[in-house]
Amino acid sequence: MKLDSMYQEVILDHYKHPHGRGLRDGDAEVHHVNPTCGDEITLRVKYDGETIADVSYEGQGCSISQASASVLNDLLVGKELSQAQKIQDAFLELMQSKGQLEPDDAMEEVLEDAVAFAGVSKYPARVKCALLSWMAWKDATAKALSEGKTA
Amino acid sequence: MTDARQGLSGLLDTEAIRKDFPLLDRTVHDGKKVVYLDSAATSQKPRQVLDALNTYYERHNANVHRGVYTIAEEATALYEGARDKVAAFINAPSRDEVIFTKNASESLNLVANMLGWADEPYRVDRDTEIVTTEMEHHSNIVPWQLLAQRTGAKLKWFGITDDGRLDLSNIDEIITEKTKIVSFTLVSNILGTVNPVERIIRRAQQVGALVCIDASQAAPHMVLDVQALQADFVAFTGHKMVGPTGIGVLWGRQELLEDLPPFLGGGEMIETVSMHSSTYAPAPHKFEAGTPPIAQAVGLGAAVDYLTSIGMEKIHNHEKAITEYALKRLLDVPDLRIIGPTTAEDRGAAISFTLGDIHPHDVGQVLDEQGVAVRVGHHCARPVCLRYGIPATTRASFYLYSTPAEVDALVDGLEHVRNFFG
Repeated sequence: MKLDSMYQEVILDHYKHPHGRGLRDGDAEVHHVNPTCGDEITLRVKYDGETIADVSYEGQGCSISQASASVLNDLLVGKELSQAQKIQDAFLELMQSKGQLEPDDAMEEVLEDAVAFAGVSKYPARVKCALLSWMAWKDATAKALSEGKTA
Repeated sequence: MTDARQGLSGLLDTEAIRKDFPLLDRTVHDGKKVVYLDSAATSQKPRQVLDALNTYYERHNANVHRGVYTIAEEATALYEGARDKVAAFINAPSRDEVIFTKNASESLNLVANMLGWADEPYRVDRDTEIVTTEMEHHSNIVPWQLLAQRTGAKLKWFGITDDGRLDLSNIDEIITEKTKIVSFTLVSNILGTVNPVERIIRRAQQVGALVCIDASQAAPHMVLDVQALQADFVAFTGHKMVGPTGIGVLWGRQELLEDLPPFLGGGEMIETVSMHSSTYAPAPHKFEAGTPPIAQAVGLGAAVDYLTSIGMEKIHNHEKAITEYALKRLLDVPDLRIIGPTTAEDRGAAISFTLGDIHPHDVGQVLDEQGVAVRVGHHCARPVCLRYGIPATTRASFYLYSTPAEVDALVDGLEHVRNFFG
């Protein structure tokens, strides 16, 4: 059934048991909304030099947007900023692929659980849900950098 | 299938009606029949309207009010004929009170801008107040916020009760001697509530305020009589009433349309133009700058003919029966909470609900897989979601072609949603 390609087990697991949820101390905070559906996220980033010490978040939204935030926390915390940007670029490429991109081994190595979102890219209305937390992270990081909180 | 269907009365012959709507015959997701429950967003179009659009373009296409050649005369007659049809449909005292716009949003923005640029006694400025409600579509909030910001006027609004009705308990404090305009929806697009027009208008008239009614969710579904309403302006859109997109209507009382200034300037809306100044055409042309949506107006005329041939009273009764049945069935779904009135009294055919903790986006996606098309989100009425502390709702809305079997398909679909996310 087609629905299963969107609602992969991995996504539903992250939705039901989100990782790293809740707001903790951070260098910068942003609030992003998806105006078409009302999904919202408040996200904070904490840097330790070039390393992402924490990404904490609180929000409400559909399974896709919530699971995506959980996966983001898993993937990015502990990474160097440059590596995190590569992961973000890969996730963006996957989500903009309109279901045409079959993740290869190299991509799976970069994206880990996030490759499960490949099926979501077939549904244009839901791509924004998957990207909500990632755009918030990018914005929060830019804010933290401009405020000179990172090395 | 259920016993609840027994005793349903007042239903239209949907088998015959649905034959007029080609889209209702299509399938999605490997042969699943479309169950279209999103008519509050836009209605489907009958063959009669599609034919009118085609015939216009194939046989009569020319610009209006200009040429002296045969086809131009025909185009003008069709465009102005549509105005006559709409005027009759809403029982307007004069056809010159019917202004064609792009949609209801443009109609409401037009009123806000007329008042923003008007002279006394209509002028909205820093010493005056604008009144709307928490129940409005964004199109009846934002134009007034803009007007308030630009003029310094104060924006006030009625709240909503727990059961989805306007809270008019403080009506005398909300509508005061300072109020210049009261603008509210006749039927809520998210809650389905039908509002008590008379009470609000009586108070507005007491203090000499103008009244603007957003009838976008009323015109398609019930008899709309602008004289009986006693409002000063009534706005609605064509595409929700089996007409095409790109055509809306603003009805306004003639003396107001004579007094109030134009908003958009351009061709069509003038009498004479020199490089120093211009004089304006009488209403409605004063408010229709530029080439209007001609084919769309003709399509709306055909839509009005179609609805009239079935009868607005009958359409209203059909929807009331479907809504009663849908409410009854939905209230039996575990964890389902209706946002808005839970009975069919003073209620339209749009029903919003939440389903446990399952986000409406996910509800809508799983329903779509079964061919059931509903709207999910905040329905351009975010203040309502904030009022009830919810991020969004799922909304099913019905029209003259909706059937009890489609309500059953929705309820079956929701069972599937619960299993999927359970």
